[in-house]
Amino acid sequence: MMAFFSEHGMELIVKTWEHLFISGAAILLGVLVAVPLGVLFTRIPQIADRLISFIGILQTIPSLAILAFFIPLIGVGKIPAIIALFVYSLLPILRNTYTGVKDVDGHVLEAGKGMGMNNWESIIKIELPLALPVIMAGIRLSTVYLIGWAALAAFIGGGGLGDFIFDGMNLYQPDLIVAGTIPATILALLANWLLSIIERKLTPKGLMKSYQTS
Amino acid sequence: MLEFKHVTKRYNNGGDKEAAVKDLNLTINKGEFVCFIGPSGCGKTTTMKMVNRLIDITEGTISVNGEDITKQDPVSLRRSIGYVIQQIGLMPHMTIKENIVLVGTLLKWSQEKKDERAKELIKLVGLPEEYLDKYPHELSGGQQQRIGVLRALAVNPPLILMDEPFGALDPITRDSLQEEFKKLQKELNKTIVFVTHDMDEALKLADKVVIMRDGEVVQADTPDEILRNPANEFVEEFLGKDRLIQARPDVTTVQQIMGSSPVTVNAGESLKGAISKMRQERVDSLLVVDENNTLQGMVDVEMVDLHWKKAENVEEIMDTEVFSVSKDSLLRDAVHKILRRGLKYVPVVDESHKLVGIVTRASLADIVYDTIWGDGLEIEEAVAASQ
Repeated sequence: MMAFFSEHGMELIVKTWEHLFISGAAILLGVLVAVPLGVLFTRIPQIADRLISFIGILQTIPSLAILAFFIPLIGVGKIPAIIALFVYSLLPILRNTYTGVKDVDGHVLEAGKGMGMNNWESIIKIELPLALPVIMAGIRLSTVYLIGWAALAAFIGGGGLGDFIFDGMNLYQPDLIVAGTIPATILALLANWLLSIIERKLTPKGLMKSYQTS
Repeated sequence: MLEFKHVTKRYNNGGDKEAAVKDLNLTINKGEFVCFIGPSGCGKTTTMKMVNRLIDITEGTISVNGEDITKQDPVSLRRSIGYVIQQIGLMPHMTIKENIVLVGTLLKWSQEKKDERAKELIKLVGLPEEYLDKYPHELSGGQQQRIGVLRALAVNPPLILMDEPFGALDPITRDSLQEEFKKLQKELNKTIVFVTHDMDEALKLADKVVIMRDGEVVQADTPDEILRNPANEFVEEFLGKDRLIQARPDVTTVQQIMGSSPVTVNAGESLKGAISKMRQERVDSLLVVDENNTLQGMVDVEMVDLHWKKAENVEEIMDTEVFSVSKDSLLRDAVHKILRRGLKYVPVVDESHKLVGIVTRASLADIVYDTIWGDGLEIEEAVAASQ
């Protein structure tokens, strides 16, 4: 154990950081794209379901295949890995944003509109705050998955904890595989815990109480 | 204040071109409380929502204070018109204060102005200021709708639209809210457009009731006038038999309930003859008429006693200042006069002052009896059925 740390300690920290960076960047991109897109979809409900199924199909492509497809297009390294993972992060966030916003009580929206809220005010002041718990659930789900999948980034030279796992597989060294797996799991748990705190901070006070009472 | 001119609305779904509102013309004055009422699908809600452009007008114009609403920006138009809906629609994630001054927030009021306004408003409905920091789910339904009403009042709009605002509340809460709101409306002198399907509510609150069917106005009038003169069978049916019966004292004429054979005496009759007539009919006073049955006055047993042997006939001693009512006057007014003057009876006369009948306290008692027990037929029917 000590021997392992003295040999790979530094590398472990660098790889963990890489891993975190790749998945974090992908999630951030995913949120930035999927949340507005989800809100947009609620404005076009006629075709939103079809669009979401289409993105669902993208997700069924094996992740290894996606990574492989990106090699001829944008080469190898961190950027292709981030882009590939970003594609995977989209669906849960998009679907939850769409569902969350769509399920906001229509009477509250009507009241808002009748008071004289424009579309933008309605989104910012009513729809996003009320849909926030559902949207956050999507983001958490995406994050946990992505941290797991980010191990595959090593396959196209993206680095991260996947390097340990692949090395371990190639060299028949189970301790390297474990050294890649355990930090990835811990990262996923930590991220989930952190996001749940953020969720609680962001969820409007009145909403939390009404969830408890209902 | 609010004017509908040839307003028509057609919905464009699946080739169904039936108009929801057809050529509606209506003027609502400032400070007027107008109730739109009718069966579901009659276009009352559509009419209301066209005013703040939640629904677009197909043809015609609606103008608020003389300005055509289609020429105004819908968002600023809505901010200038209060709006209350049945489902209340308070923002669950905002405090009561934030909910009340929501429109103020949209209009970018300062925080101090909003705080002040919220405190001012919550006093109007008699809720403590601490409620301002609560959330909607901590309030009862009735309290929530009070806040819903305050929210519509926040920026002091002259016109308020209300879509069955008390419809979802229990009867007791609804009753007290109606009272409260009517009082508030009079105090603040707001123009209210109120949609309801509850006739009692409409009759209780409105200055003017607009009855609609199939997108058309059937009758638009004061509650009194609608009860007295329903425009057609539909209105009658919609009002319901009970309400029309209840409203009957308002429209019953004296002729309908008067006794038709008052005890009279001819003006030329001797005092002795008058006394024997009283004894014969077991009454203590007589109405004096001439040969044409025109009412001359009255005479009672005390007057006869006082002038016994001093006067020859009834004409000399009768009281000519007799209060009488015309047979076409309203019972309501007659009853009021009888009670106020403490009279035992009132003679009823026609246009040429001929005596045609009499209303006594006994006939009033009969009306009360009929109102409470019906005309007795139900009981007889029940008895007959059981035999």
